[in-house]
Amino acid sequence: MSNRRKNLNWLNVYAVVYMVFLYAPVVLLPIFAFNSATIIAFPLSGFTTEWFGVLWTTQALHDAVWNSMLVSVSTAVISTVLGLFAARAVARYTFPFQRGIMGLVMLPLVLPEIIIAVALLIVLIQLGLSLSLWTVVLGHVLVCTPFSIAVLSSAFRGLDPSMEEASFDLGETHWGTFRRVTFPLVMPGVISSLLITFTISLDEFIIAFFLTGTEVTLPVYIWSQMRFPTKLPSIMALGTILLALTVALLILAEFFRRRSATRRGLDASTTEGLI
Amino acid sequence: MLDTEKPHARTIIELDGVTKNFGAVQALKGITANIREGEFFSLLGPSGCGKTTLLRMIAGFDDPTTGTITIDNKAMAGIAANHRPTNMVFQSYAIFPHLSVADNVGYGLKKRRLPKAEYKREVEQALEMVDLGGYGPRAAHTLSGGQRQRVALARALIMKPKVVLLDEPLSALDKKLRDQMQLELRQLQRSVGITFILVTHDQEEALIMSDRIAVMFDGQIEQLATPEELYRRPVNQRVASFIGVMNFLEARATKSSETHVSLDVQALGKIDIPRAGLPDGMKPEEIHRVGVRPEMMTILIDGAPSAERIVEGEVVETSYYGDMTYYSVRLNGLEAPVTISMRNTAGRAVLRPGETARVGFATDSIIVFR
Repeated sequence: MSNRRKNLNWLNVYAVVYMVFLYAPVVLLPIFAFNSATIIAFPLSGFTTEWFGVLWTTQALHDAVWNSMLVSVSTAVISTVLGLFAARAVARYTFPFQRGIMGLVMLPLVLPEIIIAVALLIVLIQLGLSLSLWTVVLGHVLVCTPFSIAVLSSAFRGLDPSMEEASFDLGETHWGTFRRVTFPLVMPGVISSLLITFTISLDEFIIAFFLTGTEVTLPVYIWSQMRFPTKLPSIMALGTILLALTVALLILAEFFRRRSATRRGLDASTTEGLI
Repeated sequence: MLDTEKPHARTIIELDGVTKNFGAVQALKGITANIREGEFFSLLGPSGCGKTTLLRMIAGFDDPTTGTITIDNKAMAGIAANHRPTNMVFQSYAIFPHLSVADNVGYGLKKRRLPKAEYKREVEQALEMVDLGGYGPRAAHTLSGGQRQRVALARALIMKPKVVLLDEPLSALDKKLRDQMQLELRQLQRSVGITFILVTHDQEEALIMSDRIAVMFDGQIEQLATPEELYRRPVNQRVASFIGVMNFLEARATKSSETHVSLDVQALGKIDIPRAGLPDGMKPEEIHRVGVRPEMMTILIDGAPSAERIVEGEVVETSYYGDMTYYSVRLNGLEAPVTISMRNTAGRAVLRPGETARVGFATDSIIVFR
């Protein structure tokens, strides 16, 4: 009995240490964002919202945010559409070399991004294409599609194949079946896929750094600002805003997932349809 | 149930030499059968016999490798499921979980672009037909198993198909509900008069519900007959052992005349049977084995009542079912015990294992098959 309690104590300590290590740096972000000193160090000197004001007036940042939005939204939509097709095909059909083909499609998941970035750069230059935000989208789609396939495959696995057959049997066309039955039923997976690919694309640095032309995405912009110590506090402020947005997005995603799970008669606390 | 048989009804589905290969495996080896308009037809067989494959090909989800399927005088080759006059009730019911009950039932009707009032009326009528009147606005996922099945039926019937296809529709229900749904399904089929084709592995279910049954093994129809004929005159040993319980006894013909065949049956002795009792085209010298149903034998207690023929044996096992008692009896001169079922009428004693039983039977209860 005492032995078990001892084990429990050690587990508690481990859990707390782990959480602190994971989240303490994240908590530092908003703390220094509201600190009036330009040096990132304790003790804190005073409260200010000045750094947020700086963000508000920095045109280059606004451009970077806009570029990132363009890239991330395009990547999310394109890779989710591609993922939808691939996941549907894998779940419903068997075709020659299925495993090999899927292995190749999923490979970017484990390939170092620097290799993808350099390889793509060489190919693009050889093709004589000029670098732009669209070449970044190209690279991001390559990296994000495997995530999308993974998320959507589980959504399709949870889908009874006779649902589609029933619709077809009742006189609906293939496209009508997809629109009226398949898509609504894998909707939670589609939303998860959009959110995940959006997030991956939004904070991706290496590919964006290599493949962009004169327009920079947000991570590249942040990296470029890190060289100037005076800009650090406003980077903290920017980080704080991104953190708040991410949390809000996650809560929203979870809300939608639970609502659809309830509608489908699943226990809302299950993770089915999320990943 | 025999009176509902419609031998003169016209053919609604014609299967002609239908085969299906999956790679090197031949799942169906030439199915030829006619299904009549308005009948309740069952495809009965163990799992893997090809019955579901056949049903799916009638529905249009799969194409035959060779052979033709004709529905309502129209060849179905090249016609996809969404253009066939058939509708299916799936084993999982496949109720669309994101739609209401009414939207599920009206799913196929939406394509027909009816006026709103007419659409609503049709859906409500279909729901009432399956005793779910007023359930329309409910969310589909709140329904119980039995209710889901009714919704699946209403969703198929509202399309006014020529044929309703049912793929093991009762296998997901518990025993009580299944018994009730068997009768309801049968009544519903009679009242709408639409041809139903049921796929099942449950012989009891097939016997209760069907006008005619096709018993399938290994991708072939072994026997196509009414339930009564199947039970009383199975054509071969496989069908005989699949439908109900059958005791098999070694036998050989010792003598045959124009009208009768004399058999020497293991443990039962010499028995004369009419020649008409042999399956079509079977010669007396081909007889190796005969069968007796458990209820065709009687355990005689205190010598009464009497029977045409009596043999003795020892009770090996007694299984008491309340209304019935099943005995395992080792007849004198026989290694394997036979099964005998007795109705537990008032005052009837139940024999215990080890007791000697006097077993009576009538010679006309002997079934000859290949």
